[in-house]
Parts: sequence; structure tokens; C-alpha cells
Amino acid sequence: MAKIIVVTSGKGGVGKTTTSAAIATGLALRGFKTVVIDFDVGLRNVDLIMGCERRVVFDFINVINGDANLHQALIKDKRVEQLFILATSQTRDKDALTQDGVGRVFAELGPQFDYIVCDSPAGIERGAHLAMYFADEAVVVANAEVSSVRDADRMIGLLTSKSLHAEQGQPMPQHLLLTRYDAERVERGEMLKVEDVQDILAVPLLGVIPECPSVLQASNVGMPVILDEKSPAGRAYREAVGRLLGEETEISIPRAGKRGFIDRLLRRTA
Amino acid sequence: MSLLSLFRRPTGGTATAARERLQILLAHERASLSGADFLPQLQRELLDVIRKYVQVDDERVQVKLDSDQNFSVLEVNIELPAASEHRSAR
Repeated sequence: MAKIIVVTSGKGGVGKTTTSAAIATGLALRGFKTVVIDFDVGLRNVDLIMGCERRVVFDFINVINGDANLHQALIKDKRVEQLFILATSQTRDKDALTQDGVGRVFAELGPQFDYIVCDSPAGIERGAHLAMYFADEAVVVANAEVSSVRDADRMIGLLTSKSLHAEQGQPMPQHLLLTRYDAERVERGEMLKVEDVQDILAVPLLGVIPECPSVLQASNVGMPVILDEKSPAGRAYREAVGRLLGEETEISIPRAGKRGFIDRLLRRTA
Repeated sequence: MSLLSLFRRPTGGTATAARERLQILLAHERASLSGADFLPQLQRELLDVIRKYVQVDDERVQVKLDSDQNFSVLEVNIELPAASEHRSAR
């Protein structure tokens, strides 16, 4: 049976979709048959980040409603073997998701896949609830910023109380992924340190993704940033995927580079 | 950014304030959301018992519940008045 991983954060704009796309792609690169599912009904974006927006014919909601079968709705990635995308509806709203329907789709996907990555919408409404409900493991994405940390804390509380695992009294492994980490600002004392966020949230750290221009560039062209060999963010995601698979590698925490006078004058970042 | 700041070593920023605010806020929110709603009542009753013996202010008693995945810690912090204060209170 596939392992179900939810990528969640509570707050919007912290990098959930970027992370879902990166983790799903990373797992597929390691040879695991993986599907990434968009739970943000009405505001779908996984298709865009994965670069398959023009290939969406049927979606998750069509499958739940029985208008299409899974085979018709699963989009096979063109770059990475073993990687599939299940887009969601752009026209329906979140009430189209039902616990029963989501459960049925997971039951059908389970035997065919190694991993199911659920990209949660922001908020704590139905879409976010159902994205996490069936999960075996959670990746909580946060920025080193007060509102994001507070929302992440709330999500951690919900994961430990409102998931199927929690209801059955089983543990729900959770990982903290710190994204958009700006080492320069941390060094200037303007941004919370990794250790601060980790202390406050008390969830094991999966990785630290540096704030990096390559993330926007990758999303511009519809390529998961993990495929960018040269990108520091891509590298950090590849390491995080390894840790998700149980590799015990040391987490590289971005450090502020030594910048010359001219760089500082022009306020260039690394 | 002033020209001067290019040469100066950075001094304390606002990250410390962020950390402290979060620590206080989340301690409260976790206590109120995690179903440990007996805490305020516990705090009042503890205070009543302690007051039988020592005069303490409301603000000097802190009750905190920290939960880990495996265990919870109930921390009760009571600040007793200084010995001199103590005697004069009697």
C-alpha cells in the first residue's frame, strides 16, 4: 500500500505547492512510483508548478464523482518516470470533496503506488482537513516568520488530534520543513533562526530550504525546482527527500555568504 | 539602508522579539486548544491552598502544561515573597 504524505502549513504562500511538487518528484527520482494530488479545489496550482496545466482533461473531483476513472485523470509526468499528477477542479468548490470520496480514491491508488503526496490548501477548512485526514506522515512547511510559525503550530495540533491515525491511536510522524530561509537576514538578527523555530514547534526538522531565485524561475517554466541541478533550493529538497526516506544525513543550514563591498552596496543576495 | 550601515557590524535585530512573542503566545494557545481547559481552575485552587500558608499574588503563580509526543509536563511555578515581606504580611 502507498504511503500517504500530506504537505501542509496552515498559512498560505509559504511554499506548500513548491514543496509538494519537489518532494513528489524527488521520490519518483529515487524510483518510487508517486502521485501528487492537488487538494486546493477551485484554486488549483500543482498542475502549473509541475508544467502539465495544458494536459488536464479529467481531475480528482471527476474521479470522486464517478465522471471519469483514475486512469483517465492521472497525468504522467514527461520528465520523470514513475511520477503522476492528479489535478483538481478549477471550477468546483471545496464542498465537492467528501471524506468518503477521498477515501475511495486513496483505496484505489494505494495498491498502484508507493507514495501519495497530498498538496493541502491553506487554511483549516475541508480541503486542508481531508488532505491530512488519511495521511501516514506529514510535512509541515513553515517560514521563519511569526504568523507562519503560529499557523504551523496549529496544524501540528490538528494533525495529532484530527487525523485518522490520531483517531486510531496511532502515531503520526511529522516533519518540519523550513522554507524561504534567508541566512543573510538571520545573521542580521532580522529573521528567526532555524533553532528558534525548531525549539518552538518541537517537530523533527526535515530540512531547510534557502530563499532562492531559482524557485521562481522553476515555477515560471513549470519545472519542479528539485530538477534544477544547480539550485541551492533544489539541492536542499533532494537532501530532504533522502531524510524522508530515512537517510540520516546532516541537515545543511544555509549560511550567509561572505559578500563584498559592492554586493552589499547593491544589496545583492547570494 | 543608510551608507553607514554598510560598514557597521549588525546589532540586535527583531528576531529575538519574534521568538519571545511566539513562545508566550503558543504556550497559551496550546493550553487552551489541547483540551487542558482545567488549567485556570487548577491555578485558582492551587492559589487558594497556598494562600492558607503564604501570602502570594495572583501574578506570581504560573501553571503551564507542555506536551511532547510521549509525555506531558505540568509545570507549576510559584514565586514566594522574600522572607522580610513574608514576615510583614503576617
